[in-house]
Amino acid sequence: MTRRIGIVVLLALLAAGLVAPVVLGAAPGGFYIEVLLGGLMAGVLYSLVALGFVLIYKASGVFNFAQGAMVLFAALSMARMGEVMPIWASLVLTFGIMVVLAVLIERLVLRPLVNQEGVTLLMATLGIAYFLDGFGQTIWGSDIYKLDLGISKEPALILENVFEGGILVSREDVVAAATATVLVTFLALFFRRTAVGRALRAVADDQQAAQSVGVPLNRIWTIVWSVAGVVALVAGMVWGSKLGVQFSISTVALKSLPVVFLGGLTSVTGAIVGGLIIGVGEKMAAVFLGPWMAATFGVAGGGIEDWFAYVLALVFMLFRPEGLFGEVRIDRV
Amino acid sequence: MIYRENGQFKTSYRADQQIFPIVQDRVLVLGLVAFAVVGVPLLAGEYLYNAILVPWLILSLAAIGLNLVVGYCGQISLGAGGIMAVGAYAAYNLFIRVPALNFLVVLLLAGGAAAAVGMLFGIPSLRIKGLYLAVATLAAQFFLDWLFSRVGWFTNYASSGSVSTPALDLFGVSIAAPARKFLFLVGVVTALALIAKNLVRSSIGRAWMATRDMDVAAEVIGIRPVHAKLTAFGVSSFYLGVAGALWGFVYLGSWEPLAFDINMALNLLFMIIIGGLGSILGCFLGAAFMVILPIFLNRVPSWLGVPLSTAMISNLEHMIFGGLIIFFLIVEPHGLARLWAIAKDKLRLWPFPH
Amino acid sequence: MTGRSTGAPILAVEDISLAFGGLRALAQVSFDVREHEVRAIIGPNGAGKSSMLNVINGVYRPQAGAVTYLGRRRDHMEPYEAARLGIARTFQGLALFKGMTVLENIMTGRALLMRSGMLAQALWLGPGEREEIAHRQRVEQIIDFLEIQAHRRTPVGRLPYGLQKRVDLGRALAMEPKLLLLDEPMAGMNVEEKQDMCRFVLDVNDEYGTTIVLIEHDMSVVMDISDRVVVLDYGLKIADGTPDEVRNDPRVIEAYLGVKH
Repeated sequence: MTRRIGIVVLLALLAAGLVAPVVLGAAPGGFYIEVLLGGLMAGVLYSLVALGFVLIYKASGVFNFAQGAMVLFAALSMARMGEVMPIWASLVLTFGIMVVLAVLIERLVLRPLVNQEGVTLLMATLGIAYFLDGFGQTIWGSDIYKLDLGISKEPALILENVFEGGILVSREDVVAAATATVLVTFLALFFRRTAVGRALRAVADDQQAAQSVGVPLNRIWTIVWSVAGVVALVAGMVWGSKLGVQFSISTVALKSLPVVFLGGLTSVTGAIVGGLIIGVGEKMAAVFLGPWMAATFGVAGGGIEDWFAYVLALVFMLFRPEGLFGEVRIDRV
Repeated sequence: MIYRENGQFKTSYRADQQIFPIVQDRVLVLGLVAFAVVGVPLLAGEYLYNAILVPWLILSLAAIGLNLVVGYCGQISLGAGGIMAVGAYAAYNLFIRVPALNFLVVLLLAGGAAAAVGMLFGIPSLRIKGLYLAVATLAAQFFLDWLFSRVGWFTNYASSGSVSTPALDLFGVSIAAPARKFLFLVGVVTALALIAKNLVRSSIGRAWMATRDMDVAAEVIGIRPVHAKLTAFGVSSFYLGVAGALWGFVYLGSWEPLAFDINMALNLLFMIIIGGLGSILGCFLGAAFMVILPIFLNRVPSWLGVPLSTAMISNLEHMIFGGLIIFFLIVEPHGLARLWAIAKDKLRLWPFPH
Repeated sequence: MTGRSTGAPILAVEDISLAFGGLRALAQVSFDVREHEVRAIIGPNGAGKSSMLNVINGVYRPQAGAVTYLGRRRDHMEPYEAARLGIARTFQGLALFKGMTVLENIMTGRALLMRSGMLAQALWLGPGEREEIAHRQRVEQIIDFLEIQAHRRTPVGRLPYGLQKRVDLGRALAMEPKLLLLDEPMAGMNVEEKQDMCRFVLDVNDEYGTTIVLIEHDMSVVMDISDRVVVLDYGLKIADGTPDEVRNDPRVIEAYLGVKH
């Protein structure tokens, strides 16, 4: 009973926060919609990275801290190779590289650590992240590189009739949203309808039980990490095209963590919904809340987006400790 | 031969419960402390102090703090950097606003401030567990990062955002020189490590470990998880706060908020995992590893005559670091402390095979 | 039969109903437990016996019914409160603290009885150490009683199952409980170990007068050591009385052996 009340209160507060800028007149309608759309698009980017986390966790119970590094490694590979060959060729090669990476990770790191507890595996993936960071920069360099997918960088002006001046929408963001939708649909079908998908879910539930019915764990893990690598590749492409590619562990992975946990570690839906919530929340906070706080509290402006996503996720988790769509674990004694 | 405990029978519980029940261990540790106080000042040069010994001692203290909450109480916390920052800035503000205070008092109060903040940010652990808690603690880390860089009051409105501290003195005696810093730290860290060891072998320590191992069962015995978790966060944050103040005042001298960012938090986590979760000795070993490794990596290429650019060295560091973590976790997930315990076990029998 | 003298009821459960989602674990179960007695709860697997214990010490909250303990009637008690009031228990799945040694595990049982504050513990020398030693002495008596002296410093995870069960019992005993709930204390043991365990349980009841409620499958054990028996089947109470009465009750026979066609 109290839990439901809590969630209702939380959603009411969020809705209030969402419409406050319009109600309080701080933003004219068109601008507000722009910010909202911008937030949704950013959210899609987060969701793409979050998907990788969820996939690996769903199928192997491992929380892959290296996902962000994988995204960047993919993007970097594609960008650099794209300098000397057509973009589609570099895409194919990068795909191959990610699969090889997945195989290596499974063989060198996961297999030896097969029955260790969560913290150990987490630290191991952190180790992978550090390694990829150094390795990626050694091979491809540390500058910012452009990733040209051939999408026009000019924003499109839409809904000119509805709102004064129209609304600016970035074409890249639209492509990102479309890509994400396709990817998610594909993954959802993959998990639900195919035998491999079923096997993956079995492994996520209970490794020993899955083994005992003949599921080949090692191959499954290779598949999972390859799929995650592909997702990382897509995310990397989209991010890289929009923002340029430079290796920095902090940004990508750490921005997506609140999304993963707010949505629930085990839920693909959660990754999407969580991404949208965080994307919009962060954008709104940066555009409206930040300046308001600066004016009211005399805080040197900006920077609120550094922590807002995390605090938002934290608040959600207090109400639902396993995430919005995550599985509730009941400990039996 | 040397390490046999043969003949060392304990005839009282008091004797049995000592921190170092085996005579050889006691001799070794007391010898080390004596060497630290007397020998090192005679032998060490400035570089050794500033680059290795001072950071090692302070990081060991911080590692003890983090180990209490992560290793002993089982609550994953990634906000350690932010808590250290609380200690550092609290100490700074006390220092400049109440100049008459003795530095030890400043340290205690800074620790207290950090403890309060730590307990506040530890409240989510009452609802949230495991990896989810790790992410929740990141909220604390990033928020505190932002707080100290944007709210001018903490840095006394310094335009550069960084603060600096003057040479320290204690009871009128200057502790600015490296040798003095070292001795001061040996005193502080030994005392606090001893207290940590005492807490860990008493009722509160067992309450922490019970909460870590199975909190439902702990509750059935009468240990309240709320009490255990909050005290763990509180004591841990005290240690982290004192370490943060020491890091800023004694090691860095001047710092900006970035000195206590997520990298510090992750480094501390590495230290206690490599050193050994749930082991005070492990904290010292892990901190030593973290301090020595970059220096080693920096020096070896030049020793081998292979010139490498700084960027390349940094990349190499990351690669080797990542690789070593994985290697360690595969070979001995319980850390250096366990390796040490295994070595001692072998020593008991040496030179006999069994 | 036992020549035990039992007193007034110290525990009474009334109309306890418990369900997990659609799964009904207990349905309107009522019985009482007299002071100093050994009360057995028996029944086929899945009858709700462990759930009953969990309701008594507050781990589960029943949808209906009340538990009266030491004169006070409540819908629900937090486990911490139950512990404070002198209820201790062992677990079917051995909820031992795997990261600690035998000695440390049993010492955790003294948690409620230890009074030193954190400061005294931090300083150790003086009152902190004295209290630690005093409680260590009590725990050593329990270790002697359970004959596990040799394993004091062994991490519990490394012990064989039978010894782990003794540690579980030791931890519960360390609480100096008035009411001891034992969940299948003899499960997985061979004949010798069972005899040892029986002896321990009986000694505890004899020496300390502890009231004991135990879940057990081994009928000979139940018949030998209990004063009264409650029989559960599919969450319902189907018999309640002395071991002899229960043994000959047709409903009990039917529950265990099935109906004769």
